[in-house]
Amino acid sequence: MADWQIDLIKVVFIWVWVLLIAVIMTWVERRASAMMQDRLGPNRAGPFGLLQPLADGIKLFTKEDIIPERARKILFILGPPLFAFPVFSAFAVVPFGDKIVIGGKEIILQVSDVSIGFLYVLALSAIAVFGMVIGGWASNSKYSILGGLRATAQLISYEVPMGLALLTIVLLYGTFSLREIVLQQQGTFLGFLPNWGFFKQPLGFLIFLVAAYAEANRVPFDLPECESELVTGYHTEYGSMRLGLYLFGEYVNLVTLAAITVSLYFGGWGLPYVDMSKYLGPVAYGIASFLVFTLKQAFFLFLFVWVRWTVPRFRYDQLMGLGWKALIPLGLINLFVTALLVQLTI
Amino acid sequence: MTKELETICITTGPTEVGEYVTLNIGPIHPAMHGTLRVITQTDGETVVSAKPEIGYLHRGVEKLGEHLTYAQFLPLTDRLNYCSAICNNVAYEMAVEKLLGIEVPPKAQLIRMIMMELARIADHQVCVGILGVDLGALTPFFYLIIQREEIYEIFEWHHGARLTNSMGAIGGVEADLPERFHEKWPRLRDTIRKANDETDKLLTHNRIWMDRTIGVNAFCGDDALDWGFSGPMLRACGVKRDLRKDEPYLMYDKVKFEVPVGKHGDVFDRYMVRMLEMEESIKIIDQAYALYKELPDDAPLMKKVPKIIKPPEGQIYHAIESPNGELGFFIRSDGTDKPYRIKIRPPCYMVYQAFEDLVKGEMISDLIACLSSLNVIAGELDR
Amino acid sequence: MSLKEKVESILQSDLVELSEFRGDICVEIPKRKVIEVLTRLKEAGFDYLSDLFGVDNLAYYEKAKKAKKKKGEDEPEEPKRQGPPPPRFEVIYLLLSLSTNERLQVRVRVPEDDLVLPSVTGLWRAANWPEREVFDMFGVRFKGHPNLRRLLMWDEFQDHPLRKDYPLEGKGEERHLNYDIV
Repeated sequence: MADWQIDLIKVVFIWVWVLLIAVIMTWVERRASAMMQDRLGPNRAGPFGLLQPLADGIKLFTKEDIIPERARKILFILGPPLFAFPVFSAFAVVPFGDKIVIGGKEIILQVSDVSIGFLYVLALSAIAVFGMVIGGWASNSKYSILGGLRATAQLISYEVPMGLALLTIVLLYGTFSLREIVLQQQGTFLGFLPNWGFFKQPLGFLIFLVAAYAEANRVPFDLPECESELVTGYHTEYGSMRLGLYLFGEYVNLVTLAAITVSLYFGGWGLPYVDMSKYLGPVAYGIASFLVFTLKQAFFLFLFVWVRWTVPRFRYDQLMGLGWKALIPLGLINLFVTALLVQLTI
Repeated sequence: MTKELETICITTGPTEVGEYVTLNIGPIHPAMHGTLRVITQTDGETVVSAKPEIGYLHRGVEKLGEHLTYAQFLPLTDRLNYCSAICNNVAYEMAVEKLLGIEVPPKAQLIRMIMMELARIADHQVCVGILGVDLGALTPFFYLIIQREEIYEIFEWHHGARLTNSMGAIGGVEADLPERFHEKWPRLRDTIRKANDETDKLLTHNRIWMDRTIGVNAFCGDDALDWGFSGPMLRACGVKRDLRKDEPYLMYDKVKFEVPVGKHGDVFDRYMVRMLEMEESIKIIDQAYALYKELPDDAPLMKKVPKIIKPPEGQIYHAIESPNGELGFFIRSDGTDKPYRIKIRPPCYMVYQAFEDLVKGEMISDLIACLSSLNVIAGELDR
Repeated sequence: MSLKEKVESILQSDLVELSEFRGDICVEIPKRKVIEVLTRLKEAGFDYLSDLFGVDNLAYYEKAKKAKKKKGEDEPEEPKRQGPPPPRFEVIYLLLSLSTNERLQVRVRVPEDDLVLPSVTGLWRAANWPEREVFDMFGVRFKGHPNLRRLLMWDEFQDHPLRKDYPLEGKGEERHLNYDIV
C-alpha cells in the first residue's frame, strides 16, 4: 500500500470513529442524565434506546429548512459549517494509538504528526468561534446576537488560560507534537507515580480542564446558549440540519477535547506500570493501545456529562471574573514556577 | 366619555430614549412561566428598565363568577394557581362559608388542612425546582417533581383529580381521607425529606449557586410591605408574617410550627424560606393527622347546606395563607344564588408589580433568577 | 376598644356609613376626602393595603328587590331615598393593621358622571396595579397615578368589561396587532 492510501484509510477511519463517538455521546448524555435524575431516558428506539440518535438525525434531516426573512442569507448558511468543520478537523493531530504493524509496514495511529501539534488545535478552536458569532449575527435576532457576543467573550477569554496551561506542557516536554508528548509520558517518575502530565502539572491540568469546559460551551459555562435566558442563544433561529450541525459540532468538540486532555495529561494510549508492547504482538498492541486511549477518553466524556447535570450555571460577569481574575493569574504563576523548575533541573 | 378615556391610555412603546437595546422577553420564552412578558431595556447585559406586561392569560374569572352559582364557581378556582389548586378551592369555600355564617365540622377542617399542606409542599417543590432549572441546575427539579407526583397520587385517591382538584364543597369535604393514605403518608414523608436533602446538598452550599443567588435583588422589609408583599417573599425580607399564625383559620392554632424568616430578601433567602417551609408543612401534617386520628370514624364531614346556596345580603373578605402568600376572596352577595361580585386577591399580583424595582440595575440572568424565585403563576396573576 | 369604636374614633365626622357583616367592618368615606382619611387610617395603624378594587352597583338594587319578591315576602316597598340616586360605582380599599391583625373595608362611592378619584399610590405603592385594574375594568380614573394604562385588557380595548352592562360573551372585539415593519 502506498502512503497516501494508508493516510486515506486513517482519515476515513477517524472521521467515522469520531462521528460514531459523538453519536453515542448524545445517547450517553441522555441515558446518563436520566440515570442521575431518576428517569428512564429514551428507551423506545431500538434496545435501550440505542437508535435514538439515528431517529434524531432523521428528524433533523427531514425537517423544513427555514431561513428567517430578515436574516443575512449567506452568513446564515455559512455559520454552521464554519463551526463544524474546524471542530471536525481538530482531531487530525490527536494520537489515538501507538503504532500498528501490518504487512511489515509500521503505521502510526495518528492522522498526521504535525510538529505544531496543539497550536493547530488552538487555532482551529479559535476559528470555530466565528461559526457561533456569524450564526448569531446573521440570524438578526436579539437573543442570537447576545448569544454570539457571549460566545466571543467567553471563548476568547478562556483561550488565554488554556494557552497558559499548554505552554507549561511545552516547557516540560520541549515539543508541540502531541505524539512526542505522549511518548514522553510513558514509564514512571519518583519510582512510583506514572509519568503523566497530570502528576507533573496538577494545577495546569485543573486550569486546562476548566478552560476546556468553557470551550465546550457546557454547563456551568453554557452562557452562549443558556436556554432559560437566551432561548437557545446563538442558534435560536436555526432549524433542521443547520441546527443539527451546531449541536453535533458541540459533541465532536467534546470528543476532541477529551482526547487532547488524555494525550496531554494522562499518558495517551499508555497504561501505567505496564508496557503492553512486551506482551502483545504488533497488531494486537496497536489495537490494545487504541482501546486504552478510547477508555480514558470515555472517562473524560462521562465527566463532561456528570458535571453538566450536577452544577448550576454561572452568570456572565462571574464567568469573566473566573477567567480573568482566577485562571489567568494562576496560569501565569504555574508557568513561572514550571519555568523555574525546568531551568533548575536541566 | 370614551374619547377622554382614550387620551389617558398611553400605548406601549419605548419609554426611555437612549443607547439601550429593547429586549422583549416573553410571552413566549422558556423562562417566562406560562405567559408572562417583560419589556426590558438593556445596556449590554445590564437591565436598565423592566416593564412587566400582564393579561396574556386573562380569562375573566371574576366576570364569569358573577354569572355562575356559588357551587359552579369552585372549579374555576383551580385555574388560578394551578400548582396548588387545593389552596384556592379551600380559600373560596371558606369565604363562602363565612358569607353563610357556618362552620365546618372538625374532621373536614383537618382533612382540608392536611390537603392544603400537601399542596403547599407540592407548590414549593415546583418553585424551588424551577428556580434550579432556570439557573441551569436541572437535576434537583426531577428529584422534587417525582415527590410531587406522589403527592398528586394522594390527591387522586381522595378526590379523583391530580392538577385541577376542585377539592371539597361548600360546607365541608366530600370524602374521608383515602384508606391508602394511612400507610402512604409515613413513607411519603421520608421520601420528601430525602428529596429535599438531596436538593439541599446539590444547591445550598454550592459555590456557583451561592454566587448566583446571594445578594441578588435584595429587598428590604419596609419596601416589601409598602408594595403589598405577602407569604414567602415577605418572610424572606425579614418580616415575620404568616396568616396561619396571625389570623388562624381551620385548626392552625392547634398545631405547632415555626415560621421561617429570611434576612435580606434576596433570591437565596426566598429559596431557603421555601425549603424550610416544606419541613414545617410536614410537621403540620403530622400533627393534624394525629388530631384526625382522635376523632371517631363516623364523624361528620359535611355541614348541611341547602342545595341552592343563597347567602344573605352582605359582603365579606376572607384570606388564607396560600403557598405564595395572602390569597383572599372578596364576595358580595345580593341575596340571589349568584355572587354579585367576586374579587380575588392573588398573592403574586402584588409581588409582580414591584418587579421593576427588584431587577433594575441587575443583569439579565438575575432577572430570570428573580422571576423564578417570585413564583409568579400566570393563572392567578391574570385571573 | 373594639374595632368598631376604634374606627369611629379615627374617622369621626368623615364616617358616612358603617356596616358590619359576619365580623367584617365596612366603612364608607366621602369621595372628596379619600386621601385625607386614608392617611389618617394609615397613621392610626391600618398600614397595609391588602387590595383595592371596584364594584359596579348598576343591577344591585333591582336584583336584591327581585330576590326578595321571589321569597314571597310582601314587605312594604323600601322608603325611597332622599335626593339623587346612589352613585353607581364603588371603590373598596381593603386595609389591614399589621400590629393587631384587624381588617377594614373602606368604601368610596363614585358617581357615573365624575369617574375620578385621587390615586393612593403615594400612600401605598401597592395600589399601582390595582388602580390600573380598576381603571381597566370599570373606567374609574385615578388622578396622580404614575402610569394609568390598561392592565389586563389590551391598550386599544374600548369598553370596561367588569361593568354590569357589559355582556359576558363580549362584544366581538378582536385584537389587531400592528407590527411596525422596519
